Amino acid sequence: MTVLGVNLRSWEALGTILVLVVMVVLLFAGPQIFDLFTLFKVTLFVAMAILALSMGFIWGYGGILCFGQSAFYGLGAYTYAIAVGNIGESTGPFFLAIIVPAAFAALLGYFMFYGRLSDVYLAVVTLAVTLILYNFMRSTAGEEYAIGAQRLMGFNGISSIQPINWPGDGNAMLFPDEIFHLSMGCLILCYAGLKLLNRSYFGRVAVAIRENELRAELLGYDVRLHKLQTFTIGGGMAGLAGCLGVNFNSFVNPDVFALNFAAEIIMWTLIGGLGTLVGPVIGCIGLLMLKFEIGQQQITNTYLIFGGIIMVFVLAVPAGLLPTARQLADRFLPGLGLGGAEVESRREAAQ
Amino acid sequence: MTDAATNGVPILETHGLTMRFGGVVAVDNVDFTMSEGELRCLIGPNGAGKSTFFKCLTHQYKASAGRVRFRGADITGSHTYQIARRGIGIKTQVPSVFDGLSVHENIWVAARRHHGRREANRIVEGILERLRLSALARRVVGQLAHGERQRVELGTVLTGEPELILLDEPTAGMTHEEVNQTTDLIREINKTTSMIVVEHDMQFIKAIAERVTVFHQGAILIEDTMANLEQNQQVRDIYLGKQHAA
Repeated sequence: MTVLGVNLRSWEALGTILVLVVMVVLLFAGPQIFDLFTLFKVTLFVAMAILALSMGFIWGYGGILCFGQSAFYGLGAYTYAIAVGNIGESTGPFFLAIIVPAAFAALLGYFMFYGRLSDVYLAVVTLAVTLILYNFMRSTAGEEYAIGAQRLMGFNGISSIQPINWPGDGNAMLFPDEIFHLSMGCLILCYAGLKLLNRSYFGRVAVAIRENELRAELLGYDVRLHKLQTFTIGGGMAGLAGCLGVNFNSFVNPDVFALNFAAEIIMWTLIGGLGTLVGPVIGCIGLLMLKFEIGQQQITNTYLIFGGIIMVFVLAVPAGLLPTARQLADRFLPGLGLGGAEVESRREAAQ
Repeated sequence: MTDAATNGVPILETHGLTMRFGGVVAVDNVDFTMSEGELRCLIGPNGAGKSTFFKCLTHQYKASAGRVRFRGADITGSHTYQIARRGIGIKTQVPSVFDGLSVHENIWVAARRHHGRREANRIVEGILERLRLSALARRVVGQLAHGERQRVELGTVLTGEPELILLDEPTAGMTHEEVNQTTDLIREINKTTSMIVVEHDMQFIKAIAERVTVFHQGAILIEDTMANLEQNQQVRDIYLGKQHAA
């Protein structure tokens, strides 16, 4: 589709570059423009944005509705906390926090995809897994529940977790602004990496499988393996988010596996827009800011408000914020050719 | 021509192929053989088991009993994707395409499975031209007419250059002109590829068929040329009803 001499792909490329520029500016300017409390908050938002990206990737592009993405986030958080508690230096634990959730996702995914679980059952199984982890971690308060020197602490959670340090020097811990830089750098890498992946052969096949598994198989693609790889990448990325999230307040408790958190991740993606990468990030940051505000007001229950919001979106803005914005731009500024019509036609076709 | 073909091994054989759904026997002890390069038509009334037979051949359904051999190799337990990689392509009855992708993307995904990026791009352009889809290349497939979607699906199948193509009602939803074009296309494809075609359009069958297999109630009723089958009372009975025959 070519409009004003610029084709849709170029607009997409411009959008990606714009997002990356904003993130890079924030990477360097963040510590200067935010006070310390806000910087802590933004660091958490950035970690959660990586989690939102992982969900946007596996659901929006891979077509895998994982209701338990929180399980991999929590595993990343706990893996880092336990490993750094034993080792005392964060380089190994940082990578373990990616590897362990990815390996768990690969194992879980193997049984689900090779067992030919359909979409709904897959969502139920992943939700069950995160709830099992929630209940298990809540019951580990006893002294006997320890891995090496690190106790699991049950529902109280693990506190005073050592922050990330400069590689190789356990005493050179990162300051809050450096943790922000690290988190933002990870977000940029994840976003750019997923963008490249989605444009690659692997990414295009993932989308084809999302569209029609049977046709993909009839063309000779091993759908089970491809979905397993997508799911594993998403698991590793969620684990990274967990590791960075722990550094927000040096604390993790079983609530990272809870139903509320699992549902929030789904909401971020639905509200931001399925089938986009920036959409879930926008949904995530928007809802987290709202959650902080509601939490400060102490007037009403956060999840009551969230329930209302999700109902409004499902009924009035089913495509999510970003795709809807593109459709509106297409309607009122057709000369720009932002691809809203194409997004809409693809959505209708897919439905 | 492969060694198997030159040795006279049939390209496809089934022995006692059976598919049961509870008490219903959709495919009943089918022994089917076809040779290299053949264009075989399968006909039979709705519910005769033709599409189910195709689904058993491609392991979309796991057969209740029997064996399937492709070029002499037993593929009964193979997965759908493994059967596709061996060289069996299928165009399904209801077009099975990537609805949310463009025509170009549909064909590209099929081509890239077999070729590198540059070669895949070249092949896609060739297929789009061959199937007269170039003008629709950037259109989203879910928005196309049924006949156009049929052509897109056929394009994805042809792109893999399979050795045996199964076509399930390839002319359904096509205009008269499109049917004529499809007839020519199938004749052309058959010069290099073995084919089994399920179809209800008798004019189309007459135009392409060499040998026809008649399915009835899940089993093979008879195999013969179209000219002979037209005179066969039993075939007329199951297609048109005994009352008509009387």
